[in-house]
Amino acid sequence: MIGHLLRRIIGGLIVLLALSALIYALFYLAPSDPAILACGKGCTPERLADVRTAMGLDEPVLTQYWHFLQGIVAGRDYPFGPGVRHCPAPCLGYSFETSQPVTTLLLDRIPVSFSLALGAEILSLTLGIGTGLLSGTRRFRWFDRLVNGLVLAGYATPVFLVGLLLLLLFCVHLQWLPFPTYVPFTTDPLLWAQNLILPWISLAVIQTAAYARLTRAGLADSLAEDHIRTARAYGIPERRILWRKALRGALLPLVTLTAVDLAQIITSAVLTETMFGLPGVGQLLVGAVNQIDLPVVVGVTLVTGLIMVCANAAADLLYAAVDPRVELR
Amino acid sequence: MTLLEVDDLKISFGDKRAVDGLSFTLAAGGALGIVGESGSGKSTAALSLLGLTGGAVSGKIRFGGTDLVAGAPWKDIRGARIAMVFQEPLTALNPFQTVGDQIAEVYRLHTGSSRRAARERAVEVLGQVHIPDPVRRATAYPHQFSGGMRQRALIAMAVACRPELIVADEPTTALDVTVQAQILDLLDEVRATTGAALLLISHDLGVVAGSTESVIVMRDGRAVESGSTESVLLSPRHDYTKALLDAVPKPGNREFSPGAPLLRVQDVRKHFPQPRRGSFRKPPPVRAVDGVTLDVHAGETLGIVGESGTGKTTLARMMVGLIPLTSGTITFDGVDIARRRGRSVQMVFQDPLSSLNPRRTIGESIADPLRLSGVRDPRARVENLLERVGLSTSEYDRYPHQLSGGMRQRVGIARAVAPSPRLIVCDEPVSSLDVTTQAQVLALLEELREELGLSLVFVSHDLAVLRRIADRVAVLKDGLVVEIGPTSEVYEQPQHPYTKELLAAVPVADPAEARRLRALRSTTPR
Amino acid sequence: MIRDLLRDRGFVAGAVIATGMVLVAVTAPLLAALAGQDYTTYHDTLLDSARGGVPIGAFGGISGEHWLGVEPGTGRDLFARLVYGAQVSLGVGIGATVLEVLLGVTVGVAAGLGGRWADAGLSRVIDLVLSVPSLVLAISLLAIVPQDWPRPIILAVVIAVLGWGGTARISRGETLTLRTRDYVAAAQVAGAPWWRVARREILPGLTAPILTYAALLLPTNMVVEAGLSFLGVGVRPPTPSWGQMLSTATTWFRADPAYVFLPGLLLFLTLLSFVLVANGLRRVLDPRQREVLR
Repeated sequence: MIGHLLRRIIGGLIVLLALSALIYALFYLAPSDPAILACGKGCTPERLADVRTAMGLDEPVLTQYWHFLQGIVAGRDYPFGPGVRHCPAPCLGYSFETSQPVTTLLLDRIPVSFSLALGAEILSLTLGIGTGLLSGTRRFRWFDRLVNGLVLAGYATPVFLVGLLLLLLFCVHLQWLPFPTYVPFTTDPLLWAQNLILPWISLAVIQTAAYARLTRAGLADSLAEDHIRTARAYGIPERRILWRKALRGALLPLVTLTAVDLAQIITSAVLTETMFGLPGVGQLLVGAVNQIDLPVVVGVTLVTGLIMVCANAAADLLYAAVDPRVELR
Repeated sequence: MTLLEVDDLKISFGDKRAVDGLSFTLAAGGALGIVGESGSGKSTAALSLLGLTGGAVSGKIRFGGTDLVAGAPWKDIRGARIAMVFQEPLTALNPFQTVGDQIAEVYRLHTGSSRRAARERAVEVLGQVHIPDPVRRATAYPHQFSGGMRQRALIAMAVACRPELIVADEPTTALDVTVQAQILDLLDEVRATTGAALLLISHDLGVVAGSTESVIVMRDGRAVESGSTESVLLSPRHDYTKALLDAVPKPGNREFSPGAPLLRVQDVRKHFPQPRRGSFRKPPPVRAVDGVTLDVHAGETLGIVGESGTGKTTLARMMVGLIPLTSGTITFDGVDIARRRGRSVQMVFQDPLSSLNPRRTIGESIADPLRLSGVRDPRARVENLLERVGLSTSEYDRYPHQLSGGMRQRVGIARAVAPSPRLIVCDEPVSSLDVTTQAQVLALLEELREELGLSLVFVSHDLAVLRRIADRVAVLKDGLVVEIGPTSEVYEQPQHPYTKELLAAVPVADPAEARRLRALRSTTPR
Repeated sequence: MIRDLLRDRGFVAGAVIATGMVLVAVTAPLLAALAGQDYTTYHDTLLDSARGGVPIGAFGGISGEHWLGVEPGTGRDLFARLVYGAQVSLGVGIGATVLEVLLGVTVGVAAGLGGRWADAGLSRVIDLVLSVPSLVLAISLLAIVPQDWPRPIILAVVIAVLGWGGTARISRGETLTLRTRDYVAAAQVAGAPWWRVARREILPGLTAPILTYAALLLPTNMVVEAGLSFLGVGVRPPTPSWGQMLSTATTWFRADPAYVFLPGLLLFLTLLSFVLVANGLRRVLDPRQREVLR
């Protein structure tokens, strides 16, 4: 087990290293001059020169990359103009535009993205599995067809469209809810939830569709398996077969999917954040793109990569934990 | 005392009549066998005893006073009074529960006992079926057991609630021949010790010969013959029964003298790397083939026998150049086999369905090797071949799923013969066929062998088949040849203990012989 | 099989609408010419500057000249912008999907057929592609690409380069399964070289799963393009895109709801039609029925 964990961690680190090298190469070797991209709007020639020296852009690429890696582990100091901008570890870059280390900016935003992702995931899991089960047990034919139709519609609706419609409906037309802003959980949980309800629903629409379909198919497959027939042959009541035996096999793939989906939402909820004005990681990125703040872009990309790698590793471990047939390699 | 009485049982699924008027009785503690080929309705009949068939059921099934057709208290019957042992032990057991838990669950359900008592009972029955270290094994998952052990576990589960009737549906079909024999011995023992009646279902007459008192032969949903096992197997009355018995391969008696060595296998090894499992050290490789040396002489048929996992398929595939060798050499006519791919050596595969491309007509599949060797318009040749293997030329444009298993295998043979090879390696070519079809395909191979002067390598786990068709036999165990020699010698005077064990395990359709072999097995240390 | 497809009403409806949309996209210039409009001309006179640029007239200014009204704020003909927008959405979506299939199948089959080292190496690459946060990377990449390169093509390429992991993984999985089939071995024994085996035995077997996957991939890629344009990093003005129109529409929805409705409805309908087609294909090509059908 330890051996496996170690190998997984090393594997993950290698992937992260490759990712960081790739990102570094892409951005700093790209056609546009990285100094201009890091300088931001309102860039003067002196500022440009300062930025160039601070980031060490005149050095060979590999040295730059090395400094970058060092910064992640031990922090980095950027000599900027007369003073020094200090960037504590883990230093993912320094935003000259906003005069803050990228890490600080990120740390402010991550709780928001995480709140969004967690709520949406829980909502879509409960709704998705619930509907999938109900339609899978075929108790009501019409329900099954309805769910099928909704699933298809769910796939066809982009999240920002749903968000837009929800905003129109609940905030403008019916005026049941005020326009959402972000209230941290620690400040006021109720307000936190109230403001996040609409974004959660927007994200949950398509997720629920996917989960419902998976659950339904998984249940159908599971019920057709041989060991279910054995259970029936030994007189085990149908209800017990469904809940204790068939469900386990059906929901297995969902467990691992949850970990990955959670990470997906955190990293890709840009659209939802923009729609609802939530100051999350995605918003940070879009803002950085519009302000032309390269270090922030790089930092965000790296962190989201890290989150995905961790989620994949977690998914693997979860799968092995939940399915006794799977052996860790 | 009659335990089970089935009277004019009919089961239909829509238009299709699976069971068409089946009647039989079974005494308490007795043993009845139902034999039939696939599609005969035997499994459906068995499932109806537990109410698991679906479809329209009519007739009477009287079990201990209750009529099971007219709506039975299944809760009390399934598992408690009638227990079923299924064919595929791996999929029949719940992969997410430990074996002990599964058995305990069933026991608790029917007896209402405490968890602890149920667990104890689970361990007890696991011991009863001779699973070593039952206490520890009860906490293991099904995939951690070997095939034979899993089947024992299934039998343990069947025995747990002390049923009056045990129904075993092809309990040995998925197992190796030595394990098969052990399982049949076990069923016999269980019957003797618990007093339960046994209903044994199989396609193999040899399987029922030693384990049953009476037998029914089914065909197309009906019983064509029934009676005591002795009388049915030794003096059959119905033509179909006679055909079944005839189809059991009989020893061949081919007179011929082998030519020079054609295919030389020298100290061949194949090691497969094992995936790492959590440790840093690289685990030792799987030694599928571990130093095999043999020759195939021109014109002869060499049989290679071994159970699953002994490396015979790996060896067969190496002989045609499909799998690269880890070490050693294989030469055909002096030239390394890798260079002779496509010429001179061909292969017939086991599963006729997966050996033909489902998207290609069978004519095209046969034409493929011809096209590869440069023949421009092979259609005439292919039609010729189709006739030669007993199919009509109109089958050219049909697809594999439209043909029966036996016909598909004939196509496979036609494809192998098409490029005029000198050696054909057959990897279990008749193992997935019904016994009557088996005999026909074997006859076809024998004819072609004579007509085309072919040398054959025939890989099989079925000793009876090899006895018919092979001139020499090599016995493979753990990747090594433990015995090799002329067929008659190996069968009549086996030298190696493994050969002896194999021969003792072969099911024979003679009840007296079967009992003798059983006695032999119980005294031989395992 | 075609008969089964035609019996599925959802599939037929989807196919009809989808084909219609594709036709609209392809003939956009023609349609716009028919309407006598183009997508760049500003018609300020049709806007009510007193109310901040809202179009005069009902439903966003529908008239005989402007069949679907005009855009608020700019006065550009909405019909023309919508049909050209179809070109962008469908073009980028289809382009990205085609690229992803080509790239994914090539790498996946190579990994599946290759030796242990080739498979191990390529699998790592596929894993890497699958684990990058594609939306984030897309936004970042689009930000640094020079603005004068043809944007729709760049969009399609970026989406494809970040998204080919799915097709690759499926191709590899299917290839590995097909490789164990005896008919592949039979072809090898008959002396077929690996490329012939790939072409005749493996690729046909991939058609069904890849087609099913690609059918659902197309609307997904369209959504990605719409999303990117919504964020402002997709196509650059004046090139119209439904996603981008929706983005501007958010500020106008109280005054001119038609501006939200029309692009939104078109987008939804197009996506739904492709989803229905994909669903129909999936039902027909389901592996459980595959052996029976062919």
